[in-house]
Amino acid sequence: MRKEPFAMFSRNRCLIALAWLALATSAAVAHDFGRTATAEEIRLWDIDVRPDGAGLPQGSGTVARGRQLFNMTCFACHGENGVGGIRDRLVGGIGSLASENPVRTVGSYWPYATTLFDYIRRAMPYFAPGSLSDDDTYALSAYILALNGIVAADAQLDRTSLLKLKMPNRDGFFTDPEFAALKWPQ
Amino acid sequence: MKNPDRIGPPPQRDVQPSDQSDAGRASRRVFLASAGAGVVGLVAAGVASAESLADVPPRQLGAPLSARSERSEFVQLGRIPESTPGKRNVDPMDAINSKTPLQDLYGVITPSDLHYERSHSGIPSLDPALHRILLHGMSHKQLVLTVDDLKSMPSVSRIAFLECSGNGWENWKHADPGLTAQDLYGMVSTHEWTGVPLSYLVSLVGKSADSTWMLAEGGDASGMARSIPLTDEILSEAIVAYAQNGEPLRPAHGYPVRLLIPGFEGNMSVKWLRRLKFGDKPFMTRWETARYTSVMPDGRARQFHLRQDVNSLITSPSGMMAIKPGYHRISGLAWSGHGSIVKVEVSVDGGLHWRDAQLNTPVLPKAQARFQADWDWDGTPTKIVSRSTDEKGHVQPTRDALIGALGTNAVFHFNAQQTWSVDAQGAVRNVLA
Ligand code: HEC
Repeated sequence: MRKEPFAMFSRNRCLIALAWLALATSAAVAHDFGRTATAEEIRLWDIDVRPDGAGLPQGSGTVARGRQLFNMTCFACHGENGVGGIRDRLVGGIGSLASENPVRTVGSYWPYATTLFDYIRRAMPYFAPGSLSDDDTYALSAYILALNGIVAADAQLDRTSLLKLKMPNRDGFFTDPEFAALKWPQ
Repeated sequence: MKNPDRIGPPPQRDVQPSDQSDAGRASRRVFLASAGAGVVGLVAAGVASAESLADVPPRQLGAPLSARSERSEFVQLGRIPESTPGKRNVDPMDAINSKTPLQDLYGVITPSDLHYERSHSGIPSLDPALHRILLHGMSHKQLVLTVDDLKSMPSVSRIAFLECSGNGWENWKHADPGLTAQDLYGMVSTHEWTGVPLSYLVSLVGKSADSTWMLAEGGDASGMARSIPLTDEILSEAIVAYAQNGEPLRPAHGYPVRLLIPGFEGNMSVKWLRRLKFGDKPFMTRWETARYTSVMPDGRARQFHLRQDVNSLITSPSGMMAIKPGYHRISGLAWSGHGSIVKVEVSVDGGLHWRDAQLNTPVLPKAQARFQADWDWDGTPTKIVSRSTDEKGHVQPTRDALIGALGTNAVFHFNAQQTWSVDAQGAVRNVLA
């Protein structure tokens, strides 16, 4: 089990560590380090959105609003309609994955729409990550999905409709045998 | 093809430290001719021209002592920033990684400032007094820790390699003959890392037994995040690290806190760590769906190929060096995410015949190992190549075998044997096999 050698620590810490080694329980040391996180502060940082919808917030946005936002804040790097920019291409490539030059985009490659929402909200726009509201993130997701033909040009996206989407390459992945036994989203 | 019987005999004499440095001096002179496109690490013009001891400059009073040791003015070492396969020495603003000068280094420990670098949104400057680590999700306690909290916990130190899963990506489809070892494989390095065992933190918060995956998230602009499978192996070996090679982490390597998961692809060792969330499924972040997955020939993608497989390469002589006929000491690095390297073989006839290289001790699990072998080159064009075997019996594949299994579009996890050709003029070049 736990057999790491410990280099230097005070007598108290040593006793605690020994208790931990002996009992391997959290109770022996939990009071000693850190503090309990409050629910509000966890909400501030708990930004991940998972394929089963966990973490997906309320709110909504239309393709039209997304187009407007994209042309203001994204197109400088990702190009008009998400193609031909100086950074990652966001559109196209469907049917190319088995070819000599696979084109991996949101449309051709990404297995989950939830990941698109998560990534845009956490990491984009590149110079101001975290600045987009949930409504605007839904709108931008809707626009990029519409450019890829995954939702209609007049679509509106919210928690329920985003979760219903099946991405074109949803079944295109298989798990490395080493980790296939661990649990997966269905 | 060269007659293998004419190759110098396997080392009869045991290599002593003095012997090594003699060989080093000899090869330094030989490699003076090397006009690499990248950084030329060995400058020894003074040595080469001092034919008589009378020509050696007299002793002189040296420079004053200082707060930090700098490198010799005769040594130039540097990483090479890269933006995508084939685009190196780019403006640092456009770089996504920066590669370690493997061919210029000795032993197995990478100097702190030369450990390879990869980030997704630049290097944040994080004040440790304001940095916090949140542990939450499927656990008994939800805790906020400070950096000082971590430093006052029991610590472990471990020497381990880190490797970007994109290492070697230049050679999937073709071999650019102008590439150095650094250009090709500079996204692997070895350090001593110090920090708190992940298992200690897991006990501290009382992780639920049902939690089999953990999200690790960085405090960089992109909030880089990966799902970590909580296998027994990872739980017992992962470190929440705050030091590298005896000093606090450098910003490029995750200051003030990073995750360190020996043996697994580098991007899982999330830098600038600020959140660990326990769950029962992978979280499916962009970095384990859109990126760091490998497209197979049939168009399907292999996901969660996390382990770095058995690997090696000859770093001297290597790409863009020039050698002369005569004695050479082949030297290189081998490593495996499965455990310790137990054997490295070298061939100096393009893989027809192999003999065991000498492994320098200690050989540590999931750390790079240094190998060396004697070689008398008779001046005939040939190819040199190494192949490693790890303690679990994995043997580094030929390029044909790797491509046969994965195709040429996988991008990640290239671990094929690296072949260097040597032409009649002694020019050493990257070739596919
Ligand atoms: C300053 C340039 C820049 C701007 C502006 C920008 N992005 Fe990005 N974007 C990037 C870069 C660089 C990456 C790749 C980052 C990486 O690989 O880690 C990226 C990646 C992405 C990706 C993932 C692509 C993939 O296939 O992995 C999406 C989706 C995306 N951006 C959406 C947006 C949206 C939406 C906006 C506007 C709100 C935006 N970006 C604005 C630079 C930019």
